[in-house]
Amino acid sequence: MEKLIGEFSFGLFFWQLFIFVGLLIFLAKFAWKPILNAVDERENSIKDALKAAEDARNEMAQLQSDNDRILKEARAEREALLKEAKATSNNLIAEAKAQAQEQAEKILAQAQEEIAAEKRNAIGDLKKQIAGISIDIAETLLQEELKDQDKQLEMIAKRVESAEIQ
Amino acid sequence: MFTLRSSKQLILTLLCATLSFQSFAKETKDAHDSDGADLKSEIKAYIQHHLQDSYDFNLLSYTDETTHKKVHVGLPLPVILWDNGLQVFSSSKLHHGESVAHVGDNYYKLYHGKIYKTNAAGEISYDDHHHPTNVKPLDFSITKSVVSILFTALLMILLFQSLARSYAKNGLIAQGIGRFFEPIVIYIRDEIAIPNIGEKHYRKYMSFLLTLFFFVWFLNILGLTPLGINVTGNIAVTFCLATLTFLITNLTAKKDYWMHIFWMPGVPKLMRVVLAPIELLGVFIKPFSLMIRLYANISAGHIVLMSLISLIFIFKNWLGSSLSFMLAFAISMIEILVALLQAYIFTMLSALYFGMAAEEHDHEHH
Repeated sequence: MEKLIGEFSFGLFFWQLFIFVGLLIFLAKFAWKPILNAVDERENSIKDALKAAEDARNEMAQLQSDNDRILKEARAEREALLKEAKATSNNLIAEAKAQAQEQAEKILAQAQEEIAAEKRNAIGDLKKQIAGISIDIAETLLQEELKDQDKQLEMIAKRVESAEIQ
Repeated sequence: MFTLRSSKQLILTLLCATLSFQSFAKETKDAHDSDGADLKSEIKAYIQHHLQDSYDFNLLSYTDETTHKKVHVGLPLPVILWDNGLQVFSSSKLHHGESVAHVGDNYYKLYHGKIYKTNAAGEISYDDHHHPTNVKPLDFSITKSVVSILFTALLMILLFQSLARSYAKNGLIAQGIGRFFEPIVIYIRDEIAIPNIGEKHYRKYMSFLLTLFFFVWFLNILGLTPLGINVTGNIAVTFCLATLTFLITNLTAKKDYWMHIFWMPGVPKLMRVVLAPIELLGVFIKPFSLMIRLYANISAGHIVLMSLISLIFIFKNWLGSSLSFMLAFAISMIEILVALLQAYIFTMLSALYFGMAAEEHDHEHH
């Protein structure tokens, strides 16, 4: 310890303190501050750039998945539309068919009914005519009868025989 | 980088060996045939001399064969004394303690590395313990260490200012020699400052930590060159650095820091009273250990290295001498590591102490 104190030189201590503090102040202002700032700035810019790249990549992925999703949706929609259209057209056709069938049936039924009515009318007419003829015949017969009984009877028999109802 | 420096160190070691050889070889001729103890004590004195600061930048000394006079090769440096007014003169006037410097009306003599005021004859009187009793004037000389410190400071200004400038010029990318130091700056920030001090407060200590680290590291490395510089192995320098750490720690300390020293939370009241003086002592012991650690490590390294080199001249045969050369070489390698390690430890521990001072505790834990 005594040796250490003996070795201690106040002059050197003074100069060391003076130069070191001067150096410290100078370097702090003109070297360390700009160096540390520059390093910080650089690190921040690297960090920012990395983050931006990451964001861009995420965004790209997002866009890609969005695209895929939209494409898928579009495809599904198209398919659905097609299916619907097909179903609609099938329905339409079936409906039309059914309607046509119904119509046809209706027309047919009406025609048959009309035919039947015509037939009935025709038969009625015929019956009327036959009745007229019958009356005529009866008239004639009656007139003949009035003349000759035998002949009258004969006549009636003949007439009835010939006027067969068709 | 490392291999480059290693090969450089090899050359430096070789150079160191040859330089030392010159001086020793000449001196051994003087004392030739006298016993080896003389050489050993001379080596011891030489190492002692090297470890101390000196008033001139001495590169080598030898004894001239014809005149039998010591010849010193180096640069004289200014001596600045405060002795009833400022006394400035060249260190060449001191003649390495061989004669008295006559400056104005005063006489000064260099004795064991220190300047004493003497009479015209240069007499030095001693007390009972063989300590000089002459007046030691207040000494602000630009010594070898001061020159080395100035050189390091200028080197750091040059290096780091150019690094700082290169960012602005080159779009936030370091260029030139600063590029090598940038990762170290970032290392100190990320591995020393932030883990020890915390994200919140580290910034205000960064300037000191960075300056401290590079200053100590550069001076440690400079000490391994054959220029014979020993700055970080000087107690005044390590005292100054430790004092700054001490001051910054205690001046920036928060309430919690003092609380933990004087009134330790979470322990019984009686223990708090016992702990307070111990903790208070710790406040001084921490920077003191910093001071001694750096001083001792660097001084020891220099002593070991120089002793190993000196062994070459004690053995004076090819086997022993080459062996000590190999050893000196290996130790040089280790010393390069120690130079970095000691700078790291000093910075790391300073950061740790700053961390204690800046810490804000969450008292719910206690």
